[in-house]
Amino acid sequence: MGEFIGKSVKRREDARFLKGMGKYTDDIKLPKMTHSAFVRSPYAHAKIENVDISEAEKADGVVAIFTGKDACGEYGVPCGWQVDFKNGETMREPKHPLLAKDKIRHLGEAVTIVIAETLEQARDAAELVEVDYEELPAVTDPKKAMEEGAPLVHDDWDSNAAFDWCIGNDRAEVEAALEKAHHVTEMEYRNQRLAPNAMEPRSYIADYDVNGDKYTLYTSTQNPHLIRLLMCAFVLGLPEHKVRIVSKDVGGGFGSKIYHYTEEALLTWAAKEIGRPVKWTSDRSEAFLTDAHGRDHVVKSRMGFDKDGKIVAHLTDEYCGMGAYLSTFAPAVPTYLHGTLFQGVYTTPLIHLNVIAPFTHTVPVDAYRGAGRPEATYLLERIISKGAQEMGMDAAEIRYKNFIPPFDGVEEAGYQTQVALQYDSGNYEAALKKGLERLGYDDFRKEQSEARKNGRLLGVGISTYIEGCGIAPSAVVGALGARAGLYEVGQVRVQPTGKVSVFTGAHSHGQGHETVFAQFVADKLGIDMADVEIEHGDTDQVAFGMGTYGSRSLAVGGSAIIKSIDKILEKGAKIAAHKLEAAEDDLEYASGKWTVKGTDKSVSFGDVALTAYVPHNYPEGLEPGLDFSSFYDPSNFTYPFGTHIAVVEVDADTGAVELQRFIAVDDVGNIMNPMIVEGQIHGGVAQGVGQALLEEVAYDEAGQMITGSYMDYAMPRADDLPMIETENTVTPCPHNPLGVKGAGEAGAIGSTPAVVNAVVDALAHLGVTDIQMPLKPQTVWKAMQN
Amino acid sequence: MIPAKFDYIKATSISEAVNLLDEHGFDAKILSGGQSLLPAMKLRLNRPEIVIDINGIPGMNSIEETGDEVIIGANCTHTQILNSDMVYKTVNILHQAVTTLGDVQVRNRGTIGGSLAHADPSADYPAVVLACNAQIEVEGKGGKRTIAATDFFQGIFTTALEDDEIVTAVRFPKVAHGKYLKFYQSASRFAIVGVAVVFDDSKVKVGITGVSDTPYRATAVEEAYTGNGDAAEHAVDGIEVMSDHFADENYRSHLAKVMVKRALEE
Amino acid sequence: MNVTITVNGKQFTHDIEPRLSLAQYLRENLDLTGTHIGCDTSGCGACTITMDGNAVKSCTVLAVQADGSEITTIEGMAQNGEMHPIQAAFKEKHGLQCGFCTPGMVMVAADILKNYPNPSEEDIRHGLKGNFCRCTGYHNIVKSIQLAAETIND
Repeated sequence: MGEFIGKSVKRREDARFLKGMGKYTDDIKLPKMTHSAFVRSPYAHAKIENVDISEAEKADGVVAIFTGKDACGEYGVPCGWQVDFKNGETMREPKHPLLAKDKIRHLGEAVTIVIAETLEQARDAAELVEVDYEELPAVTDPKKAMEEGAPLVHDDWDSNAAFDWCIGNDRAEVEAALEKAHHVTEMEYRNQRLAPNAMEPRSYIADYDVNGDKYTLYTSTQNPHLIRLLMCAFVLGLPEHKVRIVSKDVGGGFGSKIYHYTEEALLTWAAKEIGRPVKWTSDRSEAFLTDAHGRDHVVKSRMGFDKDGKIVAHLTDEYCGMGAYLSTFAPAVPTYLHGTLFQGVYTTPLIHLNVIAPFTHTVPVDAYRGAGRPEATYLLERIISKGAQEMGMDAAEIRYKNFIPPFDGVEEAGYQTQVALQYDSGNYEAALKKGLERLGYDDFRKEQSEARKNGRLLGVGISTYIEGCGIAPSAVVGALGARAGLYEVGQVRVQPTGKVSVFTGAHSHGQGHETVFAQFVADKLGIDMADVEIEHGDTDQVAFGMGTYGSRSLAVGGSAIIKSIDKILEKGAKIAAHKLEAAEDDLEYASGKWTVKGTDKSVSFGDVALTAYVPHNYPEGLEPGLDFSSFYDPSNFTYPFGTHIAVVEVDADTGAVELQRFIAVDDVGNIMNPMIVEGQIHGGVAQGVGQALLEEVAYDEAGQMITGSYMDYAMPRADDLPMIETENTVTPCPHNPLGVKGAGEAGAIGSTPAVVNAVVDALAHLGVTDIQMPLKPQTVWKAMQN
Repeated sequence: MIPAKFDYIKATSISEAVNLLDEHGFDAKILSGGQSLLPAMKLRLNRPEIVIDINGIPGMNSIEETGDEVIIGANCTHTQILNSDMVYKTVNILHQAVTTLGDVQVRNRGTIGGSLAHADPSADYPAVVLACNAQIEVEGKGGKRTIAATDFFQGIFTTALEDDEIVTAVRFPKVAHGKYLKFYQSASRFAIVGVAVVFDDSKVKVGITGVSDTPYRATAVEEAYTGNGDAAEHAVDGIEVMSDHFADENYRSHLAKVMVKRALEE
Repeated sequence: MNVTITVNGKQFTHDIEPRLSLAQYLRENLDLTGTHIGCDTSGCGACTITMDGNAVKSCTVLAVQADGSEITTIEGMAQNGEMHPIQAAFKEKHGLQCGFCTPGMVMVAADILKNYPNPSEEDIRHGLKGNFCRCTGYHNIVKSIQLAAETIND
C-alpha cells in the first residue's frame, strides 16, 4: 500500500457527472449538424421488394436519404474473431451490410437512413419511406435453427451453423468415464438471451472536414481505436491517420458498446456525402432491437461423480446463437471465453465441450458482462449443486471435495486445466470458508428447517466461481482466431513542470480510471494525485489501444502504464545522477526524489523533469524529454475467483422469490481502490441477479420481440435487491506488476447460479431439482406444482 | 422518440374541453397526467391531431368531504391522493392502492381521472372504484351524468364514456375497512392481479383488476363469502382470464384466488 | 406556441412546437444537457427534474405544459459552486459510476427526502422504483441518500 494505492480515494470524475456537466455524445452539438432516423424492418426475415423514398424526399427539412443500393461500404462490418469448424472448415462469415439491400435477417435491421435538419423532420420523413417486404419464415431458437428444414439465415451455405467447435479431452474418453461413473447428473436448459441495457443509448456524430480530408466520429464506444481500425481497414477503406474517434463520457457499456456497429460506419460515410455533420442517437426501442444481446445458449450437460462425490467427467453440448450476423467478438464468446473455463475450480480430470453456433433471425449476440464465463459458471455451479442434491450431499461439502488445492503461482506452479488454460494463482476454499462464515451456514440450515415446518420456503445457494480476465497474450489469442492483438498501450508524459499526463488505451465508461489510474501513477512516481491527469477515449490523443472489456483495464492497461513509469524512472535516474554528480547505482528513488544513498543530497522529480526539457546541464548522449509509451502484452490471463452466496425466500402460494441476503466474497488480486472494487461487484451482482430472476429477451416464432421495452423487459429496480454484503480474499496475480486480476465482471459471473441454487434449495424437499431462468413467479410456481 | 405533429389546446373550462372533443371527435385526445398517453404518442401508437390539455381547468383538482362521501377531482394527481389525510382516514383502501401505483414521478403527474378514462386493464384504480361502488362523474355535450363504477369499464381501454365526455370527478363512499393487494408484473409494475376488498359487516365487495380485459366485481366471491378466505375459490368464476408472457391463464387464475384469499383474510 | 418557463431561477421564453418534450426543450433549447434521456417513455427516470417542487420525468411532460412553471434541473442543484448535500453524498458514498442515471437519481432523491426527511432503507428503495441504474446495484445510491438525509438534518 502506498499513499494512494489501496485507499478508497473518492472519484475525480464525480463532480462533473453530479453537476450535470458530463459530456456524453448526445450532449454534443456541432455547427450545421444534421439529424438522422432509420427505417427499420418490422419483420425478422423478409425479402425487400422495393424501397420508395419519393414521398420522404419531398418532406420538410430532408437533406438526404440513403438506402442499401447506395455504395456505402460493400462488405459491411467485419467480425474480429475467427473460430473454424472442428473438421477444419473455415468459419462461415456473412457480409453484414450497413443497410439491408435485398434481404432482412433480423427485426429492426436498418433499411434506410433519413437525414434532415431536425430530428423531428427526420422522424417524420422516415415514416414516409415505403418499403415493400415479402415476409419469410424465421427461426429464432439456436437449436431449432439446426433442425432439418429450418429457414436459412444466409443462403450462401446449406446450414445455419457458423461453426462447430470443441475443446477438452477426447469425447469418447469422457463418454466412457461417464458410463462408469457412480452417479451422473444431467441438465438441459437455456441460458437465456439478455439485453445489456446501458442506460445511455448508443449515440454517434460523424463530421467530415473537407479541408484536411479528415473524419471525426464521436461515438459512445468502449473501444475507440479498434472501431477506427475496423472502420478504416475493412468497412469504408478510409485512411486511418485521417480518422479521429472521440469517445469521452460514455454512459455504461457492459459489453454492448465494444463492437463496431453499422451505424458508426454509415454515419461516417454519410457525413462526407452530405458535407455536414450527422447525428444519430438510438432510442430505447431501437436499442432493444439493435444493440448486441448476450448469452442465448441451449445446453445439454452430463457430469459424472464417484461415490465420494468427486467429479470424474463432464460432457456438454451447446447450441449458442450468433444472431443474424457475426458481431465483432461473437465467435469468441461461447468458445475461448467459455469452454476454457470448464475446469471451474475443480479437479475434474476429463472434460469435453462441443459448441454449435447457429445463425438465427435475431439481433447479433456478443459479449455481455462476463461474456462466456457466466455461462460456464452457471453450468458448473448448477450441475455440481444438482449432483450434490441428487446424491444427498451438502452443497458446500461437495465443493470442498473437488477444489483445486491452493497455489500462489510463484512458489507453487500455476494449475494446468484440461481446457487449454493455466490458472495463475488461487485459493478457492478460503473464499468459500469466508462466505460460509459470513452467512453462518450451520445456523442458516437450522433456521431453514424450522421455517419449513411453518410452511416457509427458505433456501441458500452457493456458487464458487472462477473467471478469466485480461485475455492474452496476443500470440496465443491470435492462434485461437483473434484478428487483433490483446495488449494495451500506456503513455506517460512528464511535462516540463513535473506534471504528468497519462494516455491510456483502456476506456472508462463508469469504471473510474481517471481516479484509480492516477492513484497508482502518483504512488509509483511519489507525487501528488493532483499532478496526474488520465486521458482516454480520443484516438488523436492516445497512441493506440484495445479498449475496455473483459475486466482488462488495470491488469493490462495499468501494466502498460507501469512499464512507461519504469522507463521514466530509469531515464530520470540518469538525469538525477548527472545533477547530483553521483553514480546511478548510488541513487534511490522515493517520495518524488532521487537521493544519494546515505546522504541528504537529493533532486526532486520536478527538477529532473525540467532538466529533461531544458537540457543545458545534461548527461552526454541522452535524449531530452521525459515521455514514454509502452505496449504491454501479458503472459497469461488473470483468474479472479470467489464465492457468492444467496439467501432467498419463496412465496409458497405465488412462486415469488425474495432475495434476502447476498454475500459476495471476491478475490480480484490486489486492490487499488476498495470503494471502486466494491462498486463494481455491486453492479455485477445486480446484473447477475437480474439474469437469475428477471431478465429475458423473448422472441416469438415469427421473430417479433415480446420484451422490447421497459414495460416487458424486467431489469432490477431498487426494491428488487437487498444490500450486497461484500468481502475479499487477496491472492495476487503473479504475472503482472500490480498483482491485480480484474473486478468488472466477477459480480455478474458468480451471482446468477447462487440465486438459482438458492431457489432450488428452497424447493428441494418438494422434489424440485432445476428451474429455467429467469425465475419468474409463474415459472417457480409451476416447478412447485410438478 | 417524437410524437407525430399535433395542435395543443389548453382548455380553461370543462365546457370548452367538451366542445373541442365534440368538434374533433376521434382526432382529439384529452391530456390529463399524460403518463400513458404521451409515451403512446411518442411510439406513434397514438397520433391525435388535437391534444386538449385539461390540467388547467379550475375546480378539477380538489379533494372534498361531503357527509358520507369523498369527492376527488379528476385532475387530482396520485400524489395528491396519497398525501391526503382525508383519503387516508376515510377511504384508506384508495390510499393503499396508490402506494403501489407507478413511482414517485409518475404519481406526481398522473391523475385519477386520466387513469380511469384510459382504462388500462392492469391499472390499480379500477379494482378500488369497483369494490367501493364509487360513482364516476362525467360531463359531455349532453350535460353531466354519473356512471356507477360497475358500469364504467367495458373492455380493454374501453369505458362507458361517450366520445364527447370527460371524467370530472370520482365520488367514493367512505370505507371503514378495506384492503388492496397487488401482485405486480416485474417489468411494468402494473398489476397481474390487483384485488380490492371492502368489508361491510358480514358482507364484502370485491373488485379485481389485471385478470380480465375488463376489471370486474367478483360477485361469485361476494355471494360465497362467509367470513373467511374460502370464497376466494370463486375469484375467476365466469371470467375470461388474460394470458401473457408473465402469467398464463392458469397461473393468473391461481394468483387471483391467492390474492383474493389473502385480502379476505385481512 | 410561446412558453415562458423558469429554469433554475432564470426565466426563458421560446416559441416551440407542442410536440417538444420538456426533456428535449431543456437539452436542445436551453443546452441543459445534464437531463438525460434513457428511454423517453417514462420507464428509466434518467430525465427526472423537479417541476414546481415535484419530481417528474421530463420526457413525459410536454414543454408547453410547463408554461409558467418553475423547473429545477441537475444544473440548478449546486449553489454558489457548492454541491447540494445530495450531490456531495453521492460522491462520498460512490453512488454513481457511469453517471448517466445520476442526475435523475439526485433529482428524485430530493423528492424522496422532501416527503421522508428520515427515510428508512425501504422508503428509499420504494422511492427509487422509477429510476434505473445499471452500474451500482443501487447499494451505494441507497447509502448516498441515507447520508444526504443525515447531512440535511444536521
